[in-house]
Formats: sequence, C-alpha cells, structure tokens
Amino acid sequence: MCRSLLLIGGCPVSAVITIDALVKKFGGVTALNEISLEIEQGELFGLLGPNGAGKTTLISILATILKQTSGTAMVCGRNIEREQAKVRKCIGIVFQDPSLDEDLTGEENLDFHGRLYGLAAAVRLKRIDEVLELVDLKDRKDYLVKTYSGGMRRRLEIARGLMHMPQVLFLDEPTLGLDPQTRRKIWTYIGNLKEVFGTTIILTTHYMDEADQLCSRIAIIDSGRIVALDTPQRLKARLGGELLELEVSPPQEKFADELVAMEGVQDVALENGRILLTVNHGEAIIPRVFQAAQTFGVAITSVSMRKPNLEDVFIELTGKEIRESEVAEPTERMRILMLRRRR
Amino acid sequence: MISTIYTLWLREMKKFVRNKSRLVGSMAFPLLFLVVLGTGFSGFFQYRSGVSYAQFIGPGIIGMTLLFSSMFGGLSVLWDRQFGFLKEILVAPVSRVSIMAGKTIGTVTTSMIKGCLLLAALAIAGLVRVDLFGMLAALVFMFVISAAFVALGIAAAALMSDPHGFQLIMNFLIMPVFFLSGALFPLEGIPQWLSILTKINPLTYGIDGMRFALGGPYEFSPVLDLAILMVFSVVATLVGAFLFERMPA
Repeated sequence: MCRSLLLIGGCPVSAVITIDALVKKFGGVTALNEISLEIEQGELFGLLGPNGAGKTTLISILATILKQTSGTAMVCGRNIEREQAKVRKCIGIVFQDPSLDEDLTGEENLDFHGRLYGLAAAVRLKRIDEVLELVDLKDRKDYLVKTYSGGMRRRLEIARGLMHMPQVLFLDEPTLGLDPQTRRKIWTYIGNLKEVFGTTIILTTHYMDEADQLCSRIAIIDSGRIVALDTPQRLKARLGGELLELEVSPPQEKFADELVAMEGVQDVALENGRILLTVNHGEAIIPRVFQAAQTFGVAITSVSMRKPNLEDVFIELTGKEIRESEVAEPTERMRILMLRRRR
Repeated sequence: MISTIYTLWLREMKKFVRNKSRLVGSMAFPLLFLVVLGTGFSGFFQYRSGVSYAQFIGPGIIGMTLLFSSMFGGLSVLWDRQFGFLKEILVAPVSRVSIMAGKTIGTVTTSMIKGCLLLAALAIAGLVRVDLFGMLAALVFMFVISAAFVALGIAAAALMSDPHGFQLIMNFLIMPVFFLSGALFPLEGIPQWLSILTKINPLTYGIDGMRFALGGPYEFSPVLDLAILMVFSVVATLVGAFLFERMPA
C-alpha cells in the first residue's frame, strides 16, 4: 500500500487513510480519476478545489455512502468495501448540507447520534457534555435546533460528528454560506479539535484562505485529479517572490511583452486587462517598471504588490480562477441561497 | 438492532408529543368528517335496519385516519432526506432494515394513538359497541392497517427523488384508496366496476374488519379480512425494505 514511503524508510503505521487508484464515474463523467493518497494520524488535511472537482465524491466514498467504480481505500486500517460497519464506527462526518433534526433540541440530536453509534447511557451523557463544551453550545442545548443560527447549527454538527470519538473526522465545506465572523469562529473550533482530541481531520473547502489558515497539508483537486500535494507554505513558495499587479492604459499586451525581458521578472501574465508580474524584490522593480512605462508611452493607473496566496497557486496549477467556477454554477448558487434562507 | 429500532421509535415519539398542533390538526379533520357527513347524510341513508350513517362511517373514519397518518409517516422519509437528516441516519453503523423497522414501529405507534383517540370519541358518542373482545380485535386491525400503509409510504418515498412527488402520491394513491374502501358507502348493490375496485383495495378489508370489531354492519368474514390484510402488510413491508435498502443516501 505504501510503496512510495518504503523508499524513505519503512511503512509508517500512522497512515490512517490510504487511497489507492480510486476511480468514480457517474455515467460517462469521471468524477474521480485514479486518486491515490495517504493521510497520516493527527493530520489536518485539506482537499481544496472548485465546486465539482470531486471533493465531496471522494469523502462520500471514504465514508462508505457512495460506491467507487474501481480502486480501493483503507480507513482506520479497514477496507471501505468489505468492512463498512467498522469504517463507519471509526469516522465522523459533517456533511456539506445541513443534516440536523430541527424539531429536536441540540442535546436530543446528540443523544440520537450517541444511541445510533451504540454508546452506553453514561458515556453518552459524558460525551454530550464534553462536545457541547468544545463548541460553546452548553447554554443552548435544550433549545430546538429550529431556533439556532447557521453558525450554531454548524457547531452542533461538528460536535455531533465527534460524539462517538471517531479517529477520523470529515468536514465537507464546514463554513459554506456562513458570514466571515462565524467562519473564523468555526476555524477556532476546528483547530481546537486537533489540539484537544488529536483527531485526524479531513476538510474540503473551496476557500483558499480557509485551507491556508487551517491545514497542515493540502491536496489541490481539479477535475477529479490531485494536481498538487504539499504544505500550504511550500505550495506558495513554488511561485516564489511577490506578485505585482498593474493597471495600465492600452496597449497592455505590447507593454507586457516588453516586461518579459526585464531583469528580475520571472513571469508575466495578462488577466482581465491587468498585468500580473511574478518578481523577486518587488520594491526594487516597481521604479524600473514605471520607467519602462514612460519610455514605452503607457500610463500606469494603479499598482499593487502582495505575497502569493493559495489562490495564485491554484490559478497557476489549473489555469482557472476558483471564484469563477464558484459563481458560474447556478445550482450551487441556488443552494447557498436556500441554505441562507433556511437559517 | 433493538437499540437502533428504539432510537428511531424514540425520535418519532418525541416529535409526536412535542407537536400538539399537528395532533389537533390530524384529529380535527376526521371529526369534521364524522360530524358533518354523519349529520348531513343521515336523512338519505337507508341500509340495514337500525344503522345510522354516523354509525356506519365511524370505523371508516378511523380507517381514514390510520391510512393518512401511516402513509404520511412512511413518506416522512422524504422530508428527512430533504432536510438532510436521512444522511445522518444512513451513514451510521446500523443496518437499514433496523432503520426501517424503527420508523415503522414509531409511525404505527403514533397512528394507533390517533386511532384510539377517535375510537374513544366514537364510544363516548355511543356510535360503536364497546366490549373487550371487540376492542382487542379493533387494535389488531388498526395495527395491521397501519403497518401496511407505513411500508407502502416508505416504498413510495424510496422511489421518489424529491418531495414534489408527494402530491402525486396524495392524489393517485391515498385519496383513491380512501374513497374506494367502502369507508363512506356500503359495498352492497354498487355497480360491478366499482365493486371490483373496492375489492382489490386492502383498506376495504381493514375497515370491514373494524366494523366487525365495533359492532357495525360488516360484509366479509373477519378472518378473511385479517388474512388478506396481513398478506398485503407482509408484502408491502418486504417491498418497502427492498426499496429502502437501495435508496441512495
């Protein structure tokens, strides 16, 4: 299973998920294209990609609620096909869409879960207390979920996923449709999980900042393939230097061609009429760019410099902007709207 | 297995007890039927001597309540799916058969509570005969009617991809089953085509059995009623379990 790792000194016993050439096809559409991956005990692992990249499909297969077309995977040392019940016992999952019973209270939702997972009464009580403490919902436990805000529901779902002390917790887009403040709060809770329980967490997201902030390792998925797999720092380091973004008067293309030859400029790209430069020592290059503009006869109307973020890595790797695909998919947009309305 | 069934049963009970307005709503409709139809048609109604229309439709109204409540209970799988809670249940390390059993027993319990409340109302109004054997027989019939239609509801829900099909089920399954069951009119002397339709309807036998149990004018042998109903109930449960097993999460 872990041939690649054998080379660097033995098969680690700590691999909690091993995915081997997993393929999923829906009719003629390939949702997952030979995904192979290992996730270690205690990792906070991010699956990053646009909607429709295959993140949820991958999680559904690992959680045994969807059957793969070919390939295998082991979760907690159990085969996802042959040992379904054992896999289910060792994982917790927070679905992308809401999955609470709104007519029950927060505590009753947790109790229901504990019973389904076969926890004894005493253990159930203790766990309910612990997980509610973790997500700060103790004072609301006797209220019907109907009365909860979107962020509280999400927190309750995370708490529920932890009720049966799973070794692995899947979080499928845990902050989708939440306001920025609530998102940050949820991040704190997710961070705490790892600290307090040492749970291995697999998180999917299409928010770059979320993956960057939380994850120790990230797999970027696009069209059912892993296009990159590394720590966020190393992924960003791939682009190197800084990014200069220029707004210039036409002809931008000709001016961009001019800049390619400039010393210290690694890469030049045109995006929506703006010029993007990947550079080393940006502060030294800016004056030279202005000089070149004057000589060339174009006017620079705006300039900004920043460190590359994961979004830039993503664009570099896939050639698309993750935000575009987010907006382009009308069903997704509708779903987010629906979620908001319900909350 | 048992604890899973109990867990799902407990959920149905909690929701039932909590939702008093729904209980009032589901009792108001049959009582309205009973009072308005029972009074309005009483002048026209001529059947076996000494049977008033209110007496005649009493067991039919209980049957109606069981039919509606049980089918809706089975179909509530659809709402669980719509609100995502079904996923939470289906990803748990428990078998689907035990999930269906829990849902069924839970819904049968709530349906029978409604049926018994109606039965009490009928008894207080003096519209049914009250004796121990009759009451026990009525409970048995209520149980089998309810179990059959919960299973049918679950089967229908498993075949539907979204709750929009609910109206379809309502108009093409629940209402015809109710109207063609002899709940509202005697089966004696009706035209051939109508007679055939009523005889292939399992609810007909349930209501006929209830009439037997409650001292009303019954048509068939109560043993035949029970046998047909039980066969239907078992088949519906097997079909429901089969379809539910294959239902995508």
